[in-house]
Amino acid sequence: MILRALIVLIALTLPASQAGAQLTVQILRGMAESVPIAIVPLAWDAPGEMPWDVSATIHADLERSGRFRPLARTQMLELPRAASEVDAADWRMLKVDYVLVGRLSPLPDGRYEVRYELVSIANGQRLLGTAMPADRNALKLASHRISDAIYEKILGVRGAFATRIAYVAADGPTTKRSYRLIVTDVDGANERVVFASPEPIMSPAWSPDGRSLAYVSFHSGLAAIYVQTLRTGEQVRVSAKSGINGAPSFSPDGKQLALTLSRKDGNADVYVLTLATQELRRLTEDEAIDTEPAWAPDGRSIYFTSDRAGGPQVYNVGLGTGDRARRITFDGSYNARPRVSPDGRQIAVVTLDRGAYRIAAIDANGGGMRVLSGGQLDESPSIAPNGADIIYTTRDRGRDALAIVSSDGRIQQRISASAGEVREPAWSPYLN
Amino acid sequence: MRSLPVLLMILCTLMLVGCPKKPTTVPESSGSTTEESAAGSGQGEGQVGDGSDLPGASGSTTGGPAGVTNIIYFDFDRSDIRPEYASLINSHAKHLASAGGAKIRVEGHTDERGSREYNIALAERRAQAVRRALMLQGAGDAQLTTVSYGEERPAVPGSNESAYEKNRRVELVYGR
Repeated sequence: MILRALIVLIALTLPASQAGAQLTVQILRGMAESVPIAIVPLAWDAPGEMPWDVSATIHADLERSGRFRPLARTQMLELPRAASEVDAADWRMLKVDYVLVGRLSPLPDGRYEVRYELVSIANGQRLLGTAMPADRNALKLASHRISDAIYEKILGVRGAFATRIAYVAADGPTTKRSYRLIVTDVDGANERVVFASPEPIMSPAWSPDGRSLAYVSFHSGLAAIYVQTLRTGEQVRVSAKSGINGAPSFSPDGKQLALTLSRKDGNADVYVLTLATQELRRLTEDEAIDTEPAWAPDGRSIYFTSDRAGGPQVYNVGLGTGDRARRITFDGSYNARPRVSPDGRQIAVVTLDRGAYRIAAIDANGGGMRVLSGGQLDESPSIAPNGADIIYTTRDRGRDALAIVSSDGRIQQRISASAGEVREPAWSPYLN
Repeated sequence: MRSLPVLLMILCTLMLVGCPKKPTTVPESSGSTTEESAAGSGQGEGQVGDGSDLPGASGSTTGGPAGVTNIIYFDFDRSDIRPEYASLINSHAKHLASAGGAKIRVEGHTDERGSREYNIALAERRAQAVRRALMLQGAGDAQLTTVSYGEERPAVPGSNESAYEKNRRVELVYGR
């Protein structure tokens, strides 16, 4: 009887703990002036099925971004195979501004060649024209890279379709949770469990080369910070002082980790740890809580949360000797968890907005606060490597869930998980 | 009934199959700090399944003074101990002082509102306030370990004031 119950329990538990939380990204509100584009199915002349539907992946990427309105295939009047075959008048009639055409063909070495051209209907100009080889299992990645190129050509910013998201999933009843650190492609594909534990996992942070994650795990019974290499799974404990070991953040060169320690006195302060030498430098020395460090992209200063003025507010401190912390946020009673945009000009924070915790963006000097999200308990903002979108944790029917908002607040995406609670998303850097 | 904890133990152990191998340890730098590393004491994932964190373990006073509860609740965004908990803390401190071998973990928690790492710092403050109070009443430093869970381990689910006030707490857990 016990054995049978055990087998049933394992059958129920194991698949769920090995799979991710299966995220699905959905556009809630797009831009009113989204760009009309036609992604013509790539020509395929070889025998058999096309190994990957490159055009469908590009279509889905662009649509999900909220910035484009791809034309349905069924509405296309013709399927040109090259820029020279594009009849501008026909596409103008369909109110399409851009057309992507191309061809997929097998190469003698077993790989494939993706050849594509992007045509502007307004002036007939060929904006992109590229051929690239790809392995069969790299065709999806190649599709995302074409989406990146289209996005950049038309919007002036590189797309982030070939990036990944790390997040924490929590399952089970309140008093008996299990935790998983998961990495997924930004479209929800290729989910992979990086680390699992019956004790809390927190605060994942990407290394700037996208190869490792730093995070907090309580699996030893106490908080410690680990750096795990994704390819090998090798996990190195980098900080296990008494008290808090939290909020890791890699320096832009990847050699240092800003983190929060409380040591024996129990008061949280920000430190900088040099990974190769384990040398520790204390950055804040204050009776107050100092935590949640985030590096400026130039590596010369660190933003952090402090309640030295009463409630939590965002401060900036230079890394030079004798540099003093400067308060950045003055709007409202609660501003915390800063994250800096890749160009260093914008800071995403959690702000208390009329009784609700929401995601806001401010200028790096502290002015111009714009509240971007509309939930009650939104937190953990993380900015895409192109600066265009912010992913964060929100509440959906009483559970932690993920959502994306564009940096200008105009586009909203909801990410639904198949089960459990998902939170603390961290957007990867560009992966090359 | 006895089979349930055993079952959960086995299950927890099995679930660990998916975990990476045991953490590789980087030696603590001896130059930068003389602090002892509390987390490096050789406790690994194998600790899971010893039954100490099964439902029922928290909220009990196993190993503590008889008839005294082990949870101290806090006001919103506060870490000062309310006067009503003076006798509770005094009982635990006396118990620790008289049983020199006894050890407790002072576990700090917050409600779910606000930023997670900020809440870790808040909950650490609460745990430290209780630790200091216990020491003032006679408990030894070596008997006490603090750990802050922030909002990561709520006692009860829900996003309302009645759940929040049960989650803003410090728990005293014996035997760790």
